[in-house]
Amino acid sequence: MGPLSTTAFIISAVAKVLVIFVGWLIVVAGVTLAERKIAAWIQDRSGPNRVGPWGIFQPIADGIKNFAKEEHIPGGASRWLFFLAPIISMFPAFVVIAVIPVAAPLPTPWGLVEVIVADLPIGFLFVMALASLGVYGLTLGGWASNSKYSFLGGVRASAQMISYEVALGLSLVPIFMLAGNVTLPEIVRQQQDALWYVLPLMVGFLFFSVSYFAETNRGPFDMPEAESELVYGFHTEYSAMRMAMFYLAEYANMVTASALMATFFFGGWDIPFWAGDNIGVAADGSIIGATPAWWVTLLTFASFAAKTAFFILVFIWVRWTIPRFRYDQVMALGWKVLIPLLVVYIAVLGGAMLALEAAGIEFGVRYALSLAGINLVLLLLIMFWLDRSRIVLGGAWRQARPQQARSRG
Amino acid sequence: MLREYIPVLMIFAMSLGAGAIMVIGSAIFSNYRPTTVKKEAYESGMPPVGDARERFAVKYYIVAMLFLLFDVEVVFLFTWGAVFRRLGLFGYVAIMIFIVLLIAGLLYEWRKGALEWD
Repeated sequence: MGPLSTTAFIISAVAKVLVIFVGWLIVVAGVTLAERKIAAWIQDRSGPNRVGPWGIFQPIADGIKNFAKEEHIPGGASRWLFFLAPIISMFPAFVVIAVIPVAAPLPTPWGLVEVIVADLPIGFLFVMALASLGVYGLTLGGWASNSKYSFLGGVRASAQMISYEVALGLSLVPIFMLAGNVTLPEIVRQQQDALWYVLPLMVGFLFFSVSYFAETNRGPFDMPEAESELVYGFHTEYSAMRMAMFYLAEYANMVTASALMATFFFGGWDIPFWAGDNIGVAADGSIIGATPAWWVTLLTFASFAAKTAFFILVFIWVRWTIPRFRYDQVMALGWKVLIPLLVVYIAVLGGAMLALEAAGIEFGVRYALSLAGINLVLLLLIMFWLDRSRIVLGGAWRQARPQQARSRG
Repeated sequence: MLREYIPVLMIFAMSLGAGAIMVIGSAIFSNYRPTTVKKEAYESGMPPVGDARERFAVKYYIVAMLFLLFDVEVVFLFTWGAVFRRLGLFGYVAIMIFIVLLIAGLLYEWRKGALEWD
């Protein structure tokens, strides 16, 4: 089977875009319900349970309600920006899925179809570029409302998101170094050959997830909303569907983040300990490794979905468990902990990889396991160093120390 | 190949379309009846004081400037990381010099208090 002809490519592209985009919308709607159900479960209450069995039609009811609600525009608002901000916020959140491979290639009578909307040679940069566009929606929404709470939420969002973008970018560099590539399908294939990157890049995964938590403005990092300080943050003045769009963007970002964690660090659609799914496609369209089949595609998709669902669960779990940071702590964590540590980590990892190559160990399972050992040591060092929280707490730590000393004495 | 960008354009169009449908649909179905009080900005129930577009803390500008510096450096690391294993020791030493300069800059900012928020 060679590469697809242009007609087959266009038809498959339309089919993939429709299926993946619509599926994505359903997943995002489902996650809004999942969050409410899991929150209820964590707080020992029932959660939505009136619309349909176990409340599964709640997202539809919410949608109808949001369409019918009165739309409010504050008097002093910049009307156009106020109108545009939710769209700008939603757009990047929904587009990033285009470069995430969701399953093994699917064989069709017309050729092998890769189950990814667009196999861009610059997949990584596409993700980074669109992730950084998200900040515009929040900042514009906050600024356009002409309300003080919205405004503060908007500036906070901009400063926080750009700070953590640096950390997010740095935490991706180790993956580049290990994979030697910037396309997502290639990274998935490399992980099938060796080990899931979460082992050789444990520290990288820790930093990546923390930065992405901050980048999605969720969990302990929801400073732009911070309802105990800023009422509702950047969308205080928004109502009806426009407010719901900010929520959709947040949940879509969360699902994207989970999918990216699964792809970068947990092998994407790879099924562990099974060689039957190690399917690669060469540049000329010929198949490397196992034979593709429709049921393999389905199984690998189930594997990807399970990994993504797990990380969505972690996102929700963290949000309802950990109390919110103070803003100066958020910024200190970004600039004084994550960025310096990541730079040092890149240096150590590069040195370790060069040493391994000088020792003659080929890229493969042994190579990855050696890196995993180094990472474990680094992780323990960071844990025990971070645990003292000298930098994050700053002045508060120094003030608290004499008291601790006294209470011990 | 360049044809890989066709589906990207499609998904761009679909996202923008979904956003536009939501905003316009909501504008059609909602019945907006503004009153003077309703149009005021929300300020915890008190009459709003002045305009929201006032001066704000200069720290946010500093963060934005630092971001510009560091993000350019991160992009530089991207390209290096992708070819790291082909460049070998030479590339490693070269990027270490760069990273040391970067860390020196960060430490300078830190000592100058540009990263303090209290």
